[in-house]
Amino acid sequence: MNRRAIRGLVALPAIGVLGVLLAWGTSGLAPFGHFHGFYGQLLNAITLPERHTTNTVTAIVFDYRGIDTMGEELILFAAVVGVVLLLRGAGKPTTRDVAQDEVRSDALRYFGVAGAALAVLVGLWLVAFGLVTPGGGFQGGVAIASGVVVLFLTAGFRSWRRVGKERHLDPLEGTGAAAFITLGLATLIAGAPFLHNFLGPGEAGTLFSGGSLSFLNWAVALEVAAANVVLYTEFLAQYVVSLVRDTGDE
Amino acid sequence: MIAVVLVLSALAATAVVLCLDPLRQIVLSGMYGLLLVILFVVLQAPDVALSMLVVTTVAYPLIVLAAIRRTRR
Repeated sequence: MNRRAIRGLVALPAIGVLGVLLAWGTSGLAPFGHFHGFYGQLLNAITLPERHTTNTVTAIVFDYRGIDTMGEELILFAAVVGVVLLLRGAGKPTTRDVAQDEVRSDALRYFGVAGAALAVLVGLWLVAFGLVTPGGGFQGGVAIASGVVVLFLTAGFRSWRRVGKERHLDPLEGTGAAAFITLGLATLIAGAPFLHNFLGPGEAGTLFSGGSLSFLNWAVALEVAAANVVLYTEFLAQYVVSLVRDTGDE
Repeated sequence: MIAVVLVLSALAATAVVLCLDPLRQIVLSGMYGLLLVILFVVLQAPDVALSMLVVTTVAYPLIVLAAIRRTRR
């Protein structure tokens, strides 16, 4: 029996069993738009009167399960710290002028700067109105970080590196993660429950809705944006290192 | 509408699996991700769609591309 046949013999039963399980599991689900879960119905009904936020998802993330979000944020923090520990110092480009990632077109550069500004603006908008319309700290954070990717692509990695130094970026990520915990602990010290909403629910449909939830929202946005930018920078630094080595070998 | 997007994303997912060239695979996975974004919008989950939009089309391809470039030296 050749390898292909053995592979098929091992894979096919596994795929078959998984497929049957999947079909069996999904056939029992309620049809789209007919969700009957108790907590979902309850939260949909009480979020607006209780928390004055029109985006129930954000209210759940930062209020009803706020402490889970803290864990989620720390997972991202730990993951990025892991990437930085592994990649930073794995080899810095020694002759920085060798790699060819310079952008020579001025038009592309201007377009890129405009695009980056637009992405950051959309990100800020998603964060700011996270409690009113779809969006929030996580979504806005990744959108802001994607603006930086546009800068990498259209202005070159080195141009970015001149502005985005590790000593500026790393503290931002830590600050974002720390702000969330500090807000939680501050309410605890004040005698209220962890992550208690100390500003009250505010007015529904405005930027003041959700009260102090918006602080948590911005803290997460800072953490997520900085974490993603650090992540991209580390990976692209690897890319530039390999470019330098390539041209060095030839 | 839901059925159309579901079928399209199933086709795209199969294409991602069957594609053997990693570089083409990244582009395909980006398209597959975009289809999932559309599926989330159709299913009225815009919050998920927004994060998925950036992660699947920007973050994931960028990191995989850099990793492939590095390992293929």
